[in-house]
Amino acid sequence: MTSLDSKNLHSEDSHAGNAALRESPSRGLPRKRFASLHLWKRNETLVAIVIVAFCVLATLSDPLFFSATTLTDLLRASIVLGILAVGAMLVLVSGGIDVSFTAIAVFAMYASTVLTLGVMPDLPWYLVFALSIGIGASLGAINGIFIAGFGLPTLIVTLGTLSVFRGFLLTIIGSERISALPPGMRDFSRMMIARGTTEAGSFYALPAAFVALGGTVVLTWFILHKTMLGRAIFAVGGSVESARRIGINVRATQFFVYVYVGALAGLAGIIYGALGRMADPFSLVGLELSVIAAVVLGGARLVGGYGTVTGTLLGVALIVLVQNSLIVVGIPSTWQSVAIGVLILLGTGLPAWQARRAAAKAA
Amino acid sequence: MPEVNEATVAGSATVRMRGVTKRYGGVTALNDVDFAIEPGEAVCLAGENGSGKSTLIKILAGVEQPTSGEIMIGERVRSRLNPRVSAAAGVMVIFQDFSLFPNLTVAENIALPTMRGNRRKLFDRRRARVLARAALERIDIDIPLDARVESLPVAHKQLVAICRALASNARLIVMDEPTTALTEREVRSLLDIIRLLKSEGVAVLFVSHKLAEVLEVCEKVFVLRNGEKVAEGPATDFDAASLSRHMTGRDLPEAPPSAVDPTADVLLEVSGLHKEGAFRDVDFTLQSGEVLGISGLLGSGRTSLAKALFGLVKADGGSLALGGAPIPLGDPLSATRAGIGYVPEDRLTEGLFLTQSIVRNVAIGRLDEHVRGGFLDLDALVIEARDWLTRLKVKAPDIEAPVKSLSGGNQQRVALARWLSRAPRVLILNGPSVGVDVGSKADIHDIVRDLAQAGIGLIVISDDLPELLAICHRLLVMKNGRIVDEIVSGTVNEDELTHRLAS
Repeated sequence: MTSLDSKNLHSEDSHAGNAALRESPSRGLPRKRFASLHLWKRNETLVAIVIVAFCVLATLSDPLFFSATTLTDLLRASIVLGILAVGAMLVLVSGGIDVSFTAIAVFAMYASTVLTLGVMPDLPWYLVFALSIGIGASLGAINGIFIAGFGLPTLIVTLGTLSVFRGFLLTIIGSERISALPPGMRDFSRMMIARGTTEAGSFYALPAAFVALGGTVVLTWFILHKTMLGRAIFAVGGSVESARRIGINVRATQFFVYVYVGALAGLAGIIYGALGRMADPFSLVGLELSVIAAVVLGGARLVGGYGTVTGTLLGVALIVLVQNSLIVVGIPSTWQSVAIGVLILLGTGLPAWQARRAAAKAA
Repeated sequence: MPEVNEATVAGSATVRMRGVTKRYGGVTALNDVDFAIEPGEAVCLAGENGSGKSTLIKILAGVEQPTSGEIMIGERVRSRLNPRVSAAAGVMVIFQDFSLFPNLTVAENIALPTMRGNRRKLFDRRRARVLARAALERIDIDIPLDARVESLPVAHKQLVAICRALASNARLIVMDEPTTALTEREVRSLLDIIRLLKSEGVAVLFVSHKLAEVLEVCEKVFVLRNGEKVAEGPATDFDAASLSRHMTGRDLPEAPPSAVDPTADVLLEVSGLHKEGAFRDVDFTLQSGEVLGISGLLGSGRTSLAKALFGLVKADGGSLALGGAPIPLGDPLSATRAGIGYVPEDRLTEGLFLTQSIVRNVAIGRLDEHVRGGFLDLDALVIEARDWLTRLKVKAPDIEAPVKSLSGGNQQRVALARWLSRAPRVLILNGPSVGVDVGSKADIHDIVRDLAQAGIGLIVISDDLPELLAICHRLLVMKNGRIVDEIVSGTVNEDELTHRLAS
């Protein structure tokens, strides 16, 4: 048999220059220690700690913070952001970036509202939703054609389509706010998972739309981790050339990603309209950077190939907390964007800086 | 698709090419080449860069289609392949970059291509682990299945790539320069694995520049030059000299260096240089016109030392002086100004701007010298860069083409040209001929000799012993961060040197 000794190979690791000096065989590292090291280095852990710390601080300065009302408010606020973030995460994993999804969301929402009102106002809410998701997917397919079909850079394509979709919406479909929504959408906004009054007397309610976030999360997690398509998305994000060489259809994979993200944007858009009880063609656009911030905070890398659903949800939770509850810990809301910026710099900069230092030390 | 069953149909996996020609536009990359490899056979495919080796591999992999000719895998005759057909027929190519996914686990990297082949929609993590473990056990290797590939050392990445090929029932494994990134001991292990695969009836096509190891494991040698087969035969008919003659079409006697003038000035003085965890007690001097080799196994501290001399790694203490003037530690800019040049080992990530043009890559080193009243004198800059490219015989159809379009040997020359244009007094070359073919290597050695003649002091870091013996006047051997041996060239042969390095 072969005389190959894995231990020898390990100590020949070019990064192990100093390890070799100290005669420490890296193979001897117990798996468990690896795992715990890993956990500490993950963005998820860092973000979770910040979230817990924030909640503790908030509860200390205002005991009322810790209540069903706050919880449902935050959950409610995270529905649209969460669905959009899960989609944006998928794009980052595939090695691209999408900034057009907010434009798709508002386009799909407004167009399906106008269409429903104009053609059959009595359409039940789920058909209005299906319409919006369909419009979103079609717009996503336009991104997909440019990116997967013509191989153009994702940021440039989506910057372009962001502007085109929005301009098209405002000039051709309409620029007036519609507050008389189709009855189906109003019905939807009244559907609740839970509602009631706390002991302190404040009202709380969690809309049924939250189920959509849950469904999105489960579906996306399933696609990413339980299907070959999901592995293909990770593979393409890791190395396009390698993916091509093992016979992965890179174009089809990318096309799927942009269509899926478009569909999610359509869903998020119509939920936004229904819950806000208004179809506002000027809304949503501008939110894309917050969404991408949440995803990046959750550990997805802009270079592609990395990203988790858990991390994304934690990132969303943190952004929502900062956007809604900064005032509770005594920081004026005007400092919101500064706080988010600092979180991004620290939350993603710190691990990157640590990694760089570790690498420099090894070299 | 019907191809999926191919692997079971192709009983004997003899792979044969007949009259294969490939043209890219007006350029003929392969001209009427016949080639065959039997099960359990190891064949060495040798040739310089641009000889058509890569094209031949790509045709086998199904990545490129031949212009004419046919390919037989087992009993089936085909005029063209595609990646899926090749893979299904058991032809697996391990490219130089391994084509792995850094972000996925070892198990996923090994099992993914196989699992794609059976057209399932769902991904079964447990099955991936089973497949991966089986492949790892076949070559008796233990790598954690859940480790991300990006965290593995190069040698392990290569093993993962081999296991991936095995998991997909490879009948012919093509390895493109599998040993360039490996140390001597890792190469040994790899050769053992290749022998094991052969005994199991797997054919191996081995592309390598390192002639010694090729001849050790291959039964047959197949040499390409300018797209044509120039020699083919049992490995025993070849030796290093005849092989390089076939590859280059000329004799390449490596003249040993002429002695250094003992009265020459001392250029570089290094004393007491040390860095925690990398190297210590480093003292040596370098004379004008001297070529000093530094060798040692990976992890011996040789690369850290080389970088420290140029300031890329900050030494903890000790002193550096060039021509009597001290140079601050850890400051590449001062080192450059003092006249030290450093050509890194990994040209791709450390040295060159790959997507920028050849001429810009050279000219970047001279921007400061060509400033006229705050503006850049572009014409003078380009003329000078062009001159250096000609002097170093860089073969480039268009100097405005990006550097990444050049072969390894020519890239190395561009890196050299950049430094030489700054007229350095000391030049540090880290692995000057890594990934460079035989002909270019000899040219690079000639350049090194010429530079030494011109009075430049050169430090060459390498683990290519014949290279060190051919160009160095003096050789320092490093081990565990210290210089443990000093060898004057001409006093030892390669075997003795190998022994002294390993002892």
